[in-house]
Amino acid sequence: MTSILQNADSLSAASGPPSPVQRKVSFKARMVQYRWLYILLLPGLLYFAVFRYWPMWGARIAFKDFVPFLGIDGSPWVGFRHFEDFFTNPDFSRLLTNTLILAALSLLVAFPLTIIMALLLNELRLQIYKRTIQTLIYIPHFLSWTIVASLSYLLLAMDVGPLFTGLNNLLGTNIDFLADPDWFRPIIVAQEIWKNTGWGTIIFLAALATVDQEQYEAAVIDGAGRFQRVWHITLPNIRGVIVVLLILQIGQILNTGFEQIYLMSNSLNRSVADVFDTYVYFVGITQGAYSYSTAVGLFKAVIGVILIFGANSLAKRFNQSGLF
Amino acid sequence: MENRYNTKPGRVFDAFNIVLLGAVGILALLPFLFVIAGSFATEAELTRRSFFLWPEEFTLGSYEAILQTSAFLRAMATTIGVTATGTVIQLALTVCMAYPLSKRALPGRNIILSLVVFTMVFSAGMIPTFLVVKDLGLLDTWWALILPMAVNPFSLIIIKNFFQELPAELEESAKIDGASELRILWSILLPLSKPVLATFALFYAVGIWNDFMSPLLYLNDSRMWTLQMFLRQVTVASDAMLDNPDPSYIPPSQGIKFAVVVVATIPILLFYPFLQKHFAKGILIGSVKG
Repeated sequence: MTSILQNADSLSAASGPPSPVQRKVSFKARMVQYRWLYILLLPGLLYFAVFRYWPMWGARIAFKDFVPFLGIDGSPWVGFRHFEDFFTNPDFSRLLTNTLILAALSLLVAFPLTIIMALLLNELRLQIYKRTIQTLIYIPHFLSWTIVASLSYLLLAMDVGPLFTGLNNLLGTNIDFLADPDWFRPIIVAQEIWKNTGWGTIIFLAALATVDQEQYEAAVIDGAGRFQRVWHITLPNIRGVIVVLLILQIGQILNTGFEQIYLMSNSLNRSVADVFDTYVYFVGITQGAYSYSTAVGLFKAVIGVILIFGANSLAKRFNQSGLF
Repeated sequence: MENRYNTKPGRVFDAFNIVLLGAVGILALLPFLFVIAGSFATEAELTRRSFFLWPEEFTLGSYEAILQTSAFLRAMATTIGVTATGTVIQLALTVCMAYPLSKRALPGRNIILSLVVFTMVFSAGMIPTFLVVKDLGLLDTWWALILPMAVNPFSLIIIKNFFQELPAELEESAKIDGASELRILWSILLPLSKPVLATFALFYAVGIWNDFMSPLLYLNDSRMWTLQMFLRQVTVASDAMLDNPDPSYIPPSQGIKFAVVVVATIPILLFYPFLQKHFAKGILIGSVKG
């Protein structure tokens, strides 16, 4: 997410005109002059050609009835049939609903929590204490989703997990949280909060560190209380960062994490767990419907591009510079 | 300056804030403390007590059991090998590509950069990539865990920008002394970039170590599995309600699950001090600059 911000600089730098001195040397002469650099470039270019662009060419099987035996070229064209099949399939609305609900929960719960956490950390005055807390809450970010899922399974294990017994005692119920479809989304959001909220504060804390301290001092003289200072000085100062990150996240709405969802889904909660990425996996890899699942993936990728560009132009409107 | 906080409601808020964030910090750590305690507990205690941070009776039984499991040892060795190899390859490829692209005068540079950036917004998706890996004969090889993500376009752009921002005079003087481009990269730029390269080496290593999707997609043979696949098999897939239990499969004991989670987490925790230092810097290298 933040790397896209980074990208903004690189592209504007990339499109800068070459200096007049360099322009005098002919194109060909420069190619010869830089031959070693081209040789260095070669392995990377090969990588992008083979693992990034070749799949794009192979994605034409979305418009064919791909039979591995016949090869891609030998398989017959079917136009948009797989796309039509997907849009008329009841799975489509289920996947879209599940994806959008998870994205909305993340935007409405996890995102504000990150900001609140950053604001609270920013109010800590004892620097050693602040750093200790930061050290602790960054740890989960580095753990794999497999570990997060494993921890969840151990904590929520039927009859023995501490969260299973604790929550059930509290609610007076006997729910198997890992299997209950009603509990799938809360668990996913809780995992996301546990894993990434702490880490997410970094970018806000960096923005908070740049707020001009004199503004606070002036506000104190004017008699502003602590919450007034946060509301009238701190928040407006980081509004730009909040808006950009929010928009970036909207651009990523369809990208529910495959690993997390896959690890937490099972035959009992699949009705709420299936999202585009896991669906592509199950239909494509497990059931071998290559053409149909490629069409689903392609649909998602195209919507993703539209969302990213839409989000970018929105960001530009809020924040003159935009992202790229 | 200091006294702006010393009002009564201010002090109440401070106390509340300290306690709250302390609780959040403990919450981040608590699952590990529980799992570590559980990994040293006996099976009887694990079924009797649901939550504890100190076992009544210490035992190394769970660790002895997993250390005698060949599948675990194999997965561990595989993961270490793949992570080490993959990190070296990814770093080398990225640096080799970033350096030429940092030269503004290089003919074709803008086209290549656009092609790289395009892959950050659009990807063909899981299935076409899978088919390429399959066509190359990489299924059920460890190369499938390394090569399909050998260059991360985001890291590439960041490293390229870093090279670009190094003072040009360094290279100019070396060129006057007759050094070739390769020599400049090797003896001048790389030593200067050590902290940045260390950051990305860690970034790549953690990415490969934690990767679950690639082995899931590309490795059918369970003897090829990585630690993450083994971990899932033990903790998640052993749950009876899951789709795939093999009838002959005996679910592992609770203690073994705890011990495997601990062992899978330890390497990350050992590297955590470096990770925290470098990653926090890395995330901010470009993002908050402007």
